[in-house]
Amino acid sequence: MAEVSCRKVVKEYDGGVQAVKGIDLEIADHEFVVLVGPSGCGKSTTLRMIAGLEEITGGEIWIGGDVVNDVPPRDRDIAMVFQNYALYPHMSVFDNMAFGLKLRKFPKDEIKRRVDEAARILDIGVLLDRKPRALSGGQRQRVAMGRAIVRNPKVFLFDEPLSNLDAKLRVQMRTEIKKVHQTVKTTTVYVTHDQIEAMTLADRVVVMNHGIIEQVGTPAEVYHHPTSRFVAGFIGSPAMNFLPCHIDEAGGGGLMVRVNDAIKIKIPAERTARYTPFKGKEMVFGIRPEHLTQRKEEGRPGFEPVDMLVDVVEPMGMETMVHFFVDGAPVCARLDPATIAEPEKMLGLTADMNQMHIMEKETGKVV
Amino acid sequence: MSATTAEGRKFRKTSLHSQRLWALWGSYAALAVFVVIFLVPPFYTVITSLKSSAEISAQSGSPWMVNHPTLENFWYLITYPNFQTYYLNSAMITVVTVAVSMTISVMAAFSLSRMGFWGSQTLSTGVFLTYLVPPSLLFIPLFQIVGWMGLINNIWCLALLYPTLAVPFCTWIMIGYFSSIPKELDEAALIDGASYVQILLKIFIPVAMPGIIAATIFAFTVAWGAFLYPLAYLYTSNQMVLTVGIISDLIRGDVFQWGKIMAACLLASLPPIVIYAFLMDYYVAGLTAGATKG
Repeated sequence: MAEVSCRKVVKEYDGGVQAVKGIDLEIADHEFVVLVGPSGCGKSTTLRMIAGLEEITGGEIWIGGDVVNDVPPRDRDIAMVFQNYALYPHMSVFDNMAFGLKLRKFPKDEIKRRVDEAARILDIGVLLDRKPRALSGGQRQRVAMGRAIVRNPKVFLFDEPLSNLDAKLRVQMRTEIKKVHQTVKTTTVYVTHDQIEAMTLADRVVVMNHGIIEQVGTPAEVYHHPTSRFVAGFIGSPAMNFLPCHIDEAGGGGLMVRVNDAIKIKIPAERTARYTPFKGKEMVFGIRPEHLTQRKEEGRPGFEPVDMLVDVVEPMGMETMVHFFVDGAPVCARLDPATIAEPEKMLGLTADMNQMHIMEKETGKVV
Repeated sequence: MSATTAEGRKFRKTSLHSQRLWALWGSYAALAVFVVIFLVPPFYTVITSLKSSAEISAQSGSPWMVNHPTLENFWYLITYPNFQTYYLNSAMITVVTVAVSMTISVMAAFSLSRMGFWGSQTLSTGVFLTYLVPPSLLFIPLFQIVGWMGLINNIWCLALLYPTLAVPFCTWIMIGYFSSIPKELDEAALIDGASYVQILLKIFIPVAMPGIIAATIFAFTVAWGAFLYPLAYLYTSNQMVLTVGIISDLIRGDVFQWGKIMAACLLASLPPIVIYAFLMDYYVAGLTAGATKG
């Protein structure tokens, strides 16, 4: 049993700066939870408080049914993988992995068995005699993971473990981490600023901003049903398009999004009741680039035409990004590479309004 | 057109080559001056130590040449009981000073650079400022302290005094080394289950070995070569160390026994040379390579 629970956890630094502002988070046994957010959002601080490397100013942290606020890191039965590996440079790979077990006075044959097993899982068996300086970045990160695995802890903590690797290796190690979790099934808390890592690895994603949790949900939930403009804009690449708009009557009892006099898009009938209270108010219309497609889906319910003046075209091989400017706000559409789009010319698109979001202008709350 | 380009390239290459040549000549000239300034005195010491007193005082012949080389000066010193006592005293005091200074400064540097307690920054600065106080200003108040303790003309007073010279600088060196060890290394060790003492012994000391060696060499040099304190506090030959012993024993009135003085200098220089040569082999910079992303 190794649930992790943060209850009203606050971290305040000297000078009154609050890095974490009373967060509540329940992480189930065996769950892989990813804390994601921009720099300074409090995700690493939260992880370090769970690890015991930062003192908690307020609230409680529970691991495996016990409050650990005053428990030192070594007694929390956790293992952590750091961004810069933090391998002991004077020790061999074997000794690095065995260090924690030796300190806990494990018998020699048990240490060897565990290290060999972890080395097998991570495919680093041939590296056991080498020193960290003789390893590549990817190998070092594997050893760092091995050091965590051998301890068989209650919780794995990962602090941006892939940030120092190059793009190709990052993708490879991402898969490795997922595979390791599928094998050992230890409760994992993983911190990253990379939303692709968050989406691909997590059972649940925790999106943080300015020391608070904006949203907790499965990757699909935070992607398709963001609860705030911040989450909508942070998750997804390229980011969601945001346009100031008004909700107006469309005739026949329906509603429409009026961005300006030229761009008026009908809202699907099943959302009419939801948006009626906001009729006439200044709102923000959000739609992802992939939900603006070349005009061929017209006629299906919720697919509405919209014409915009092309600014820049970026062919990327498997897709083409087309950028527009609408009343000074940038808009991006992810289109089929066969689409013919030319700068300074109008392009007819179809907006999948079934996937749109309307947000309050002041609070950013998705309505 | 292409010919002009080729010529242009050739011209630039030649220019770069000649610039490099001038730089090399400049370096050699500077090194030659350095060699003359620093190597002529030891050379003269060696030459003089191999001469008999008669040859040294002879007015004829070049002072830079040895006509009748002899080891009599060395043999005299090796068999001279006082010199043996000085040597032993120096070795004893140096070993104790190095051990005491390194123990104190490693522990002080670890706590100042890593434990992050209230006032640790100010203390670190204070440690360095202590080093800036000249020893020649300290020896009068220290004389009183040593007097109160009844340790005047007792060789062990040096074991008490030398660390006051060595500890601040050694601590300062070690603070620098320990600070360069990534914070994640002690955090990883903390999570692995290490106590602070284990972190110091199993992680910091092995990783900061180049710094520890540098500090050890410094503490050794301070203790082995100090002159002022033993001159001020010791006066009987059974308590003296090499630096003062050589002067007080081999200069009698206005008679300078140059051959023996030079031989004694060479014999006294042996331990530092051996220690430097031995420790420098272990002084491998970049020991932390591979700990974190490089």
